[in-house]
Amino acid sequence: MKDKVLRNMLIPGVCAIIVVIVPAVLIRFSIIDAYTAQILTLSGINAIMALSVNIICGITGQLSLGQAGFMAIGAYSTILLTANAHLPLAVSIILTGFITAFFGFLIGFPTLKLEGDYLAIVTLGFGEIIRVVLVNMKKWTGGPNGKQFPTILTLNPAVAYLVIIGTLALLIILVQNFVRSTYGRAVLAVREDEIAANSTGISVFKYKMLGFVIASFVAGIGGALYAPFIGFVKPEQASFTKSIDYLIFVVFGGMGSTTGSVLAAFILTYLQEFLRFLQNYRLLIYPVILILVMIFRPQGFLGMKEFSFVNTFDKIRGKIFRGHSMEIPKGKKEPEATEESNV
Amino acid sequence: MNTGSIFLQQLINGLSLGSIYALIALGYTMVYGIVKLINFAHGDVMMVGAYAGYFVLVAMGTTVTGSVQVTTLSLLLAFLAAMIVCALLALVIERFAYRPLRNAPRLNSLITAIAVELILQNTMRVLPFVGPDPRQFPTMMTKSFTFGPISVSNIQLIVIISSALLMIALNYIVNKTKTGKAMQAVSYDLQAASLMGISVDRTIAITFIIGSVLAGAGGILYATAYPQIDPVMGYMPGLKAFIAAVLGGIGSIPGAMLGGVILGIAETLTKGFLSSQYADAISFSILIIILLVRPAGIFGKNETVKV
Repeated sequence: MKDKVLRNMLIPGVCAIIVVIVPAVLIRFSIIDAYTAQILTLSGINAIMALSVNIICGITGQLSLGQAGFMAIGAYSTILLTANAHLPLAVSIILTGFITAFFGFLIGFPTLKLEGDYLAIVTLGFGEIIRVVLVNMKKWTGGPNGKQFPTILTLNPAVAYLVIIGTLALLIILVQNFVRSTYGRAVLAVREDEIAANSTGISVFKYKMLGFVIASFVAGIGGALYAPFIGFVKPEQASFTKSIDYLIFVVFGGMGSTTGSVLAAFILTYLQEFLRFLQNYRLLIYPVILILVMIFRPQGFLGMKEFSFVNTFDKIRGKIFRGHSMEIPKGKKEPEATEESNV
Repeated sequence: MNTGSIFLQQLINGLSLGSIYALIALGYTMVYGIVKLINFAHGDVMMVGAYAGYFVLVAMGTTVTGSVQVTTLSLLLAFLAAMIVCALLALVIERFAYRPLRNAPRLNSLITAIAVELILQNTMRVLPFVGPDPRQFPTMMTKSFTFGPISVSNIQLIVIISSALLMIALNYIVNKTKTGKAMQAVSYDLQAASLMGISVDRTIAITFIIGSVLAGAGGILYATAYPQIDPVMGYMPGLKAFIAAVLGGIGSIPGAMLGGVILGIAETLTKGFLSSQYADAISFSILIIILLVRPAGIFGKNETVKV
């Protein structure tokens, strides 16, 4: 039993460390060029935002069109904490997460009583209100022209990759553990059927709020990493269009699937760079993809499936094992491969 | 000017802006009433209408000096063009984007509506004869009529009168004609209506068309009142109109009219007495307050959820 727990932690942990460290070293020694590194790291930030949207839309089941608003709050808070309160960047990034989560709590209070379309519109409205406030608070935010914020993350691509993809990996692990906890399962129950969840003693509002606050936390971290990485932030960061960009990742990858959202963020960010030769016509590709996905594969590419490192490891090991012993007939499933396993 | 007359003046401005919101809100409310879909693309249909009108006005009235003269005839033709273009556009959107998803979860239709909005905006942006840059919308010479302390411009009069006429026409269509009754029936119960021999597909398409025709007219009026057009111009008025529809009770036609006027007045009063920067924030605050206090809106009916 103890062995299994250790194994279940070790396999994904090793994979995560490889994914974070190896490219960072390659970037450090210029084997991966700065441009590719930039795209990879930007994909990482987009993946963090996709994670946030997935928590609120996919896992909690509440369509929010204002996640970019939280991202903007995160971005501006980090700048204020670092530049005005003179905190170290790492501390202000973590603190920003909690500040944004608190904003999520405040905004969630009135909005989460609403459902479906209304919730979508109100979150959209809050996103716009955040944008208007950011434009008007010129003293703190620099007004519509935005604010410069060059840091080590802007200047050193290897460090940026290490920090941002590292944070992404950490957040994925935390979110996956949350989903499998008692709280996470209650949140899933609320998504599946509010009335049924309510009748089994799950406080619907409380768990919606939990999902919303966690999503705001993640979005805040996304913003907190975005500002130092890009070195510049504008109130437009809070706009509806941005929120939709992040929503597209989740819809494309599969609502409710963390794997899908993160992969879609990487693929679509890369696609946008790759299609640069189409000039403005590439603006049409996202929405067309979105409609086609909605009509032909509404659950997204992965649906609600998750990729599991442990299961894959077991499968591969099973195949190798089968190759050694000829007694097991072909086509018969290995017991390990069907076993329920976490992460 | 004292506060009282500023108030009256802003009331008139608000009525003019509000009637445009009301026209656009009608499209939202009718579509929502019948297919339970927030048609995000509605504001952009309005934008396409404004562009259609722009091209007609420019083609009809360009003088030797390059300036554009607007006559009553060219304005009428611009209205006609905008309405026809928007009707065709609505037909295409409904057929290829919304109809395949009619039985899908509502979230999917909502996301599709957002995608249609992006497609319309970005298509206009990449089309060579439209482009992303804002353009000056040709309008007629402004004349002001003074009534005591307040003044009304001819453009405001045109806006208020033409939206009133269109709303009367809509009321006639919805309440007196066979099509209008079919629309009411489908919005009341889609399946029962189809059992009674009403063609649901056709009725829904007509609803989209009527809504978009009103949006097209609204687009020209909006562009006449705020004479600048660009591919994203439909986004804000579209959202405001949606707020107006929610304010009046979504699904209710008189609600959308009243909601539009209230929102327009609230907004111009904010501009007049507080700050023009915060007008957008005020509209969204109204939306949030309405949804918290009375989610069904002014004319809406409260629905109870049954297990």
